[in-house]
Amino acid sequence: MAAYLIKRLGSLFFTIAGIAVVTFFLSMVIPLDPLAAIAGPQAPEETVERLRVVYGFDQPIHVQFYRYVERLMHGDLGMSFQTNRPVLEDILNFFPATLELATIAMVISVVFGLLLGVLSAVYKNSWIDHLSRVISLVGVSMPVFWLGLLLLLVFYFKLGWLPEPGRLDIMLFEPPRVTGMLLVDSVIAGDWEVFWDALKHAFLPAVVLGLYGLAGIARIARSSMLDVLTQEYIKTARVKGLAEWLVILRHGLRNAMVPTVTMIGLTYGSLLEGAVLTETIFSWPGLGRYLTTAFLTLDLNAIVGGTMLVALLYLIVNLLVDLLYAYLNPRITLASGND
Amino acid sequence: MTDLPGTPAVLDRAEIRRLRRAARYRSWGDSYTLWRRNPITVAGTLIIVFLVLVAAAAPLLATHDPYNQILSDRLLPPSAEYWFGTDNLGRDIYSRIVYGSRLTILIAVLVALISGPIGLLVGVLAGYVGGATDEVLMRLSDIFLAFPKLILAIAFAAALGTGLENMIIAISVANWPGYARLVRAETLAIRNSDYIQAIRVLGASHARIMLRHVTPMCFSTLIVRVSLDMGAIILIAAGLGFLGLGAQPPAPEWGLMVSDGRNYLVDQWWVSTLPGMAILIVVLGFNLLGDGIRDILDPRQRQG
Repeated sequence: MAAYLIKRLGSLFFTIAGIAVVTFFLSMVIPLDPLAAIAGPQAPEETVERLRVVYGFDQPIHVQFYRYVERLMHGDLGMSFQTNRPVLEDILNFFPATLELATIAMVISVVFGLLLGVLSAVYKNSWIDHLSRVISLVGVSMPVFWLGLLLLLVFYFKLGWLPEPGRLDIMLFEPPRVTGMLLVDSVIAGDWEVFWDALKHAFLPAVVLGLYGLAGIARIARSSMLDVLTQEYIKTARVKGLAEWLVILRHGLRNAMVPTVTMIGLTYGSLLEGAVLTETIFSWPGLGRYLTTAFLTLDLNAIVGGTMLVALLYLIVNLLVDLLYAYLNPRITLASGND
Repeated sequence: MTDLPGTPAVLDRAEIRRLRRAARYRSWGDSYTLWRRNPITVAGTLIIVFLVLVAAAAPLLATHDPYNQILSDRLLPPSAEYWFGTDNLGRDIYSRIVYGSRLTILIAVLVALISGPIGLLVGVLAGYVGGATDEVLMRLSDIFLAFPKLILAIAFAAALGTGLENMIIAISVANWPGYARLVRAETLAIRNSDYIQAIRVLGASHARIMLRHVTPMCFSTLIVRVSLDMGAIILIAAGLGFLGLGAQPPAPEWGLMVSDGRNYLVDQWWVSTLPGMAILIVVLGFNLLGDGIRDILDPRQRQG
């Protein structure tokens, strides 16, 4: 396990260095002159020149890259041109909302994905198997942004069952910020009215985002469950007279979880992508919407910093999944230790 | 067959060709049976054939000019004159969806034609040459894989500047590393097989082996994978269009059309929902088809 960990961390270092290069490259190819954006269209030539020196745009590329890496090492992602605050501060501000949304969505996808996957494996080729296949296929084919609009149209505009886009009713005050996640903070503050309202606001975006991940989990759960159910030890468990549901849960699902865990981890990463579109539609003040605004307004530092942070998060999630997988399935560690 | 002295090689070759052809026909026949047996695959195929037909016959099918704005007719509900209603600029939504099918096909095909060959080239080189080349190329693709696909595509689309061409490049940039990994794995398996050894002993150059013997073998795997990806490519393109980072107005791109209708969602539902429906159906078609192709090519299905 230790050797495997070292090997993984070693390749992680290269990838992180690569991410820094790609994001720097990104900032180089953006055609817009960022100085014009900072100084405004009417700024006199001298002001622009002075800003060029202040921001270091007058230096050759390799010096700029060196400074860029130096800044990254100090956790300095620069200032956002839009909000006039440090990008890192912005991201830390917006991230908890995304984390909250992604976690609820994750719970939805895991619970329903596993349920569908297991049921369709146990009742293979029955109507429930076909139904779950259709749900999965429609789930992966659905334009997230369109589904979000449809649900808003039906449940907010037409039926009025669920609240307007946003995170909280404008008449309510946010609880004191502890984690930045409204559901957690309101529990800490003991403010149940806010908790209930925040939950209602989170429901639709979480369902939309959850459907995004559900299909993959259901599919993997089904196929690994099918593999497991043909094993000898399942027969043994049945022969010794164990109740069928115990066979399926204790002997089947537990072993089918190994490949499923990988998929769950990957799904968590893909929720970060889904968040970009979902948050835009539901006016959810998270990282996804922050990034979209940055992209649309060509807010250079926010684009570079935000993209980099998302990549790092994605990387960390994948690493954790790999480690968990290696822990659950020791053969992997052994195989990589040999080469 | 070998009773005619002096000509067995010729006869054998003809015989081999005949057998090979028979085997190919049988394999095609099996594929057809498997295709027909699965209604899901048939449905997917029909949707895609329909899409291609609509795109080809767009000028005949459209009832209006997709770009023509008749401001006095804006936001009209579906009717005999405007089958799917009109949008906020008084353009016929039905005709725009019909013409939009051309953009959808164009995007999917171009992304496949750009990222597929790049992935093939990188994958074969990394897998066949090995060593430092392999290490460098795979680290490179790792870096690109470290970004979520949509985020990378959005970042490059924003950086290169909005527009259809740049969006296609951006999606391709995000797309090739997956293909490279796949092709590399396939190449590694082929490289050590006996017939490659035999060709090398015969004196074939490395370039020839890569080009003539390894690449064609990787082709079918890659094509399956690309066909499975088609739906996802279209979804990313529509998402970029929706965010305003892809195709630009007045292009009849479906994602962009959904975005156009956002402000009229409550009272003029047709502006947003109908183009979105078109996206869903086409992506579903590609996914159903891809799913079926995977089943057909899966050798375990063939034994039945």
